[in-house]
Amino acid sequence: MTRQKRSHHRLKRAVAPYLYLSPSLLIIGLLMLLPMVTVIAYSFQNSAVLRRDPSFAGLKHYQAIFVDPVFWASLWHTLYFTCMSVVFHMTIGMVFALMLNSDRINPTLRNILRVLYILPWLFTAVIIAVIWRLLLEPNGVVNSVLMQMGIIGSKVEWFSSPETALHAVTFANIWAGYPLFMVSLLAGLQGIPKDFYEAADIDGAKAYQKLIFITIPQLMPIIISISLLDFIWTMQVFPLIWITTGGGPIYSTEVLSTYTYKLAFSSYNLSQASASAVVILLISLGLTLFYIRYQKAR
Amino acid sequence: MRKRHTPKDRLITVALHVALAAGLFFAAFPIYWMLSSSFKSNTEIFALPPTVLPKAFTLEAYAAILGDPVKLRFFFNSYFVAGAVTVLTVLIALLAAYGFSRFNFRGKGSLNTLIISTQTIPPITLLIPFFGLVVSYGIFDTYVALILTYLVFTLPYAILLMTGYLNTLPRDLDEAVAVDGGTSWTALWRVIVPISLPGIVATSVYTFLLCWNEFLFALTLTKSTSMRTVPIGIQLLMGQHAFEWNQMMAMSVLGSLPLLLIYLVAQRFFLAGMTAGSVK
Repeated sequence: MTRQKRSHHRLKRAVAPYLYLSPSLLIIGLLMLLPMVTVIAYSFQNSAVLRRDPSFAGLKHYQAIFVDPVFWASLWHTLYFTCMSVVFHMTIGMVFALMLNSDRINPTLRNILRVLYILPWLFTAVIIAVIWRLLLEPNGVVNSVLMQMGIIGSKVEWFSSPETALHAVTFANIWAGYPLFMVSLLAGLQGIPKDFYEAADIDGAKAYQKLIFITIPQLMPIIISISLLDFIWTMQVFPLIWITTGGGPIYSTEVLSTYTYKLAFSSYNLSQASASAVVILLISLGLTLFYIRYQKAR
Repeated sequence: MRKRHTPKDRLITVALHVALAAGLFFAAFPIYWMLSSSFKSNTEIFALPPTVLPKAFTLEAYAAILGDPVKLRFFFNSYFVAGAVTVLTVLIALLAAYGFSRFNFRGKGSLNTLIISTQTIPPITLLIPFFGLVVSYGIFDTYVALILTYLVFTLPYAILLMTGYLNTLPRDLDEAVAVDGGTSWTALWRVIVPISLPGIVATSVYTFLLCWNEFLFALTLTKSTSMRTVPIGIQLLMGQHAFEWNQMMAMSVLGSLPLLLIYLVAQRFFLAGMTAGSVK
């Protein structure tokens, strides 16, 4: 190769990666970063989207949100829904993973159960919502079984009474989401070196001691990253709540996403909805930074 | 070695199997109930006491769904949009992943972080500006609007998945092409693509599922019944015939079929995709 040819080749190697990345960067830039800037701009405008030349509103829309009791109620419901979901996803996922990983069950049974335990994960949020509405109908199977067993005295309207609605949607979400933890923890369990347990056996460790001093510390990185991701994703849940309760009754299941959606597309107050969307974005970004830091530190 | 014959040990094994059965009931009963209700008549669904197996097995709910062109259109729309997005996403992500996996360049680390962090952007935040954009470009209530918006959500995952896969392939193969005087472009199509089929399948499966499940954007960016996708169709069905539970269940079963089939046929690829975001 001549020197000229070689430098030409090197130039090509230097430019090539940018060319390969350009379609993706174009899409992410135009359809993700630009809209994020746009929504921030909307939140400072009067009648955003609806008018061609909106006037500057300052912090008015943020103020309107922060004095709205429904916003604070939504924030609280989101926190409750998210924390309960993550804690139970983790607990159920861990228990199922440990049970499936036990050498006391036969391998065929284990494979069948693994497939069946993942089932809730395969269903779309809308379908999960419809299934739980059928199960928890006042005349539905849950009520009739609970009444038969004498646990409840009369039919409970799970999704349409303010006392139970938030717990009911949270329960449905717990059911729908534990398999992510289960699958990840199961993979993690299989990665723990067998000698750790053998060494513990020699020292005469009990089963619960092995769990506390070997299994859980070894799984900690997976538990932390999945919890963070699950937290971020659960916080953004929309369809499950939209279809089961629509945020009601009387705002008792209103979460940040349904609150924002209603501001935008029921009251057509797109400016105020943008302010609320920016608040959600900031919370997510904070958690994401935490997540990325954690991933890098690993 | 563990001793298997002490009474205490046998008790633990029995207790474990009881717990496994309880877990199975928790995981599978709601799904079983959907399935069995879809084969019942509407009056039987709320029969007292509830019937575990359909007493009078009927396909009337399925016939009602499959005989209605409006509902078939929902399925067509879902397959069409998800299919189109999958093809586009996989193609674009493959190029990006090739760039990430085979080249060193300035800004690589920060671009990678950018792509990881886009996974967590709340959809509701993008919804309002997308609505503004879609209306002002006159593509409200069209396939184009759905395809473009879905692309934004599928692309980051697809890039991460594909990059992960390409990183597992030995570099000697494409370097051999370079020694023969070929460009990186030839190496991509002649060498990389043929051996990355498993990675491409996993990425396609995951992309398809993300689109199939999408609700918020389909709800907001389309309006006419002929543009609606399956998830919105189910919601509409619930509004129109609030008491046709057997039809809602039949439609839910039909709407879950692609996911169930893919899962049963390609479990390995499916799980690779579902956990892609997390085990990076």
